[in-house]
Amino acid sequence: MSGTGTLLRAFLRRDRWQILGWALGAALLYYSQAVSVKGLYTTQAEFDRAAASMQGNTAFIAMAGPARALNTIGGQVTWQASAFGAILVGLMSMFLVGRHTRAEEESGRDELLRASAVSRRAVLTAAALDALLANVVVGAAVAASLVSFPLEAADSVATGVGLTLCGWVFTGTALVAAQLTASVRSMYGLAGVAIAAAYALRAVGDVGDPLLSWLSPIGWYQGMHAFSGLRWWPIALLLGLFAAAAGAAYALFGRRDHGSGLWAARPGPERADPRLVTSLGFAWRLQRASVLGWTCGLALLGLAYGSIGDDVGTLIGDSTASKDVFVQGGGSLVDGFYAVAIVVLALVGAGFTVSSALRPRSEEDDGRVEALLATGLSRRRWLLAHVTTTAGGTVLVLVGGGLGLGLGFALVTGDAGRVGPFVLGTLSYVAPSLVLAGLARLLYGVLPRWASLAWAGLGLGVVMLFFGPLLHLPGWVQAASPYHHVALVPAETFRWVPFVVLLAVAGALSAVGQATFSRRDLR
Amino acid sequence: MTDDIVDIRQLVKSFGATRALDGLDLRVRLGEVHGFLGPNGAGKSTTIRVLLGLLRKDSGDVRLFGGDPWAEAASLHRRLAYVPGDVTLWPNLTGGQVIDLLGRLRGGLDEHRRRELIERFELDPTKKGRSYSKGNRQKVALVAALASDVELLVLDEPTSGLDPIMESVFTEYVEGFRAEGGTVLLSSHILAEVERLCDRVSIIRGGRCVETGTLTDLRHLTRTSVVAELARPVPGLADLPGVHSADLQGTRVSFEVDTPRLDAALGLLHQAGIRSLTATPPTLEELFLRHYGDHIGTEEVDAS
Repeated sequence: MSGTGTLLRAFLRRDRWQILGWALGAALLYYSQAVSVKGLYTTQAEFDRAAASMQGNTAFIAMAGPARALNTIGGQVTWQASAFGAILVGLMSMFLVGRHTRAEEESGRDELLRASAVSRRAVLTAAALDALLANVVVGAAVAASLVSFPLEAADSVATGVGLTLCGWVFTGTALVAAQLTASVRSMYGLAGVAIAAAYALRAVGDVGDPLLSWLSPIGWYQGMHAFSGLRWWPIALLLGLFAAAAGAAYALFGRRDHGSGLWAARPGPERADPRLVTSLGFAWRLQRASVLGWTCGLALLGLAYGSIGDDVGTLIGDSTASKDVFVQGGGSLVDGFYAVAIVVLALVGAGFTVSSALRPRSEEDDGRVEALLATGLSRRRWLLAHVTTTAGGTVLVLVGGGLGLGLGFALVTGDAGRVGPFVLGTLSYVAPSLVLAGLARLLYGVLPRWASLAWAGLGLGVVMLFFGPLLHLPGWVQAASPYHHVALVPAETFRWVPFVVLLAVAGALSAVGQATFSRRDLR
Repeated sequence: MTDDIVDIRQLVKSFGATRALDGLDLRVRLGEVHGFLGPNGAGKSTTIRVLLGLLRKDSGDVRLFGGDPWAEAASLHRRLAYVPGDVTLWPNLTGGQVIDLLGRLRGGLDEHRRRELIERFELDPTKKGRSYSKGNRQKVALVAALASDVELLVLDEPTSGLDPIMESVFTEYVEGFRAEGGTVLLSSHILAEVERLCDRVSIIRGGRCVETGTLTDLRHLTRTSVVAELARPVPGLADLPGVHSADLQGTRVSFEVDTPRLDAALGLLHQAGIRSLTATPPTLEELFLRHYGDHIGTEEVDAS
């Protein structure tokens, strides 16, 4: 394996800040749960009551994991953080493996490396070790943060070890995906499906047949029962699957040519469809997959919320604190619950809006705009086509979420009458989401380097909506979020004025951004 | 003046503190292939990007087809085709789709030429953008440009990824384009290519044009190498103005002479009785090195 050590050092050097970021993020995810639980309940009796009501909540169980020892801080930490921690290390492993294998092969840099005095498998091995070490760092950070809280040392360490091994399994699946596919995008797609499948299997298993949870590495991690009767044997399953996946990746690596995947890239059309050759058709073609993916994703999320039906009262339990959250609009508990569900859908959907609004910037950064704008296509029309796609896509994504919510509700209750109101509810969030798109557009025109700050706008919206009332922030701070101004349909009645004002603000921001873009240098 | 397809005068463009273009002049006449020479970082691509309205000039005058490339970008662009030096394609679109896209956004493709070019360049138009090599990405952009119905080709180092056979296909099509009355601005540092194709060249350095003219004009500015076998020795040759590095060994002489002084030097040889004579005109390489030689060795600022 000559050259592996040198490569590994180079990879770690390239990744050191990134790995540090993932580790801090993961530690924060676990540690913050411990802190927030500790501050929330003044007496153990209150904690017990809250735990009892959470225990019966199928939706929360599907989202987080099996409810065990929820009246302890450790139990709460495991419950709230472990599934998301596993997804986090899964994504980290996928990105690290992809970055050093598929992406390097695609760019041709890998060829340069392989032509030098390194063995054939050195790159693969170094990339694998890089991801494995990163997972060790993340696991250690999590364990250390929990021990320092302080929580029981053995369980804290098990939480970290399990997380590391979960990451190892996803490193293995990412390595396999890198051999099967021929491009980094499809590799991320395939590795992402593996993570999503692991999460979904345990979600279904935790609320239904427990056997299914035992088919998922995330299920095995949670099966370690940290802070609720710790057992170590599930790590054998994690180690076994990791070894199998890594072995498979090496076997597949030997069977494919450099630069290609085992799944051959399919040829595409030789001629362009006439619809592709219009500015709008082309922008749509570039964003189509993203629009459809987000629409389906939001519809599924809506379906999950909607399938809670009108049984909301039982799920939330009788905790007055949680009831207060849902009935703050003054309506019934069911209306209040769905108003909050709609806000959540809107905020998730805004992820599409912001990433879509930033698409022109990545087109420009990747150098694909130059040749395009040296044709008869003007800057104004090129950008306007993307603006239109973002706005139209946002409407589609939100309608998808509302439809899913309404259908889920109808399936469980037999009452289809809520489909319309739910769709209108999600649609009312088109306005604040487009304000974020407008912000992205303005930054793109004026300070393209800082355009990603538009994500901070979404972050602000999330923080204000969920923590603004809890933190007792002054009204004007909360009002900085465009989401603050929208009526909580269906708990409140729809208000036209803020909707129209927000749309006008969005339009103005976007117009200034577009005008500035027409006047600035291309990068 | 009216014949100038491209007319740039005293163009200045700065990026922050860096002055990328510092009073650049460039004129491209109707129907010529104009070579645009200079090392990396001299400002070739910046000039082209200002010319295409992708960058905004700081000062100076830029005319493209007699119009303002910043204000009338889209309408002027329909009359030209541009091949960037580093072609990036959309990973999900096939080469054929990109050719159609760029061609039709320019105002139309010659279907027959499109087919012929794809065949001649041995390009597979059904492959996705992400799976093309650098050379093949360049071919996609070249096919789209050469099959478009335009008056001007703006080519920024178009053959840097092509193999020699494909390069000769490229040369053939550029010659054909000129024969039909088209104009070409060809930025390059492959001197052989420029020598073969270009009617006139402009050499730029440090953001300004340091030399422009036909190759003959430019050769005139430099030295010719002469090697001769004579009947008698030539006293005084080494002292003749314009003669450099003379090596006189009896009746065999070799020296370099400033091209305008060639006649006087040959006159002197003639008097001594010429038995054999080779005179080598300066290559473009030498022209180039004359302007960049010191730059390559030192970081000294050009004073000429």
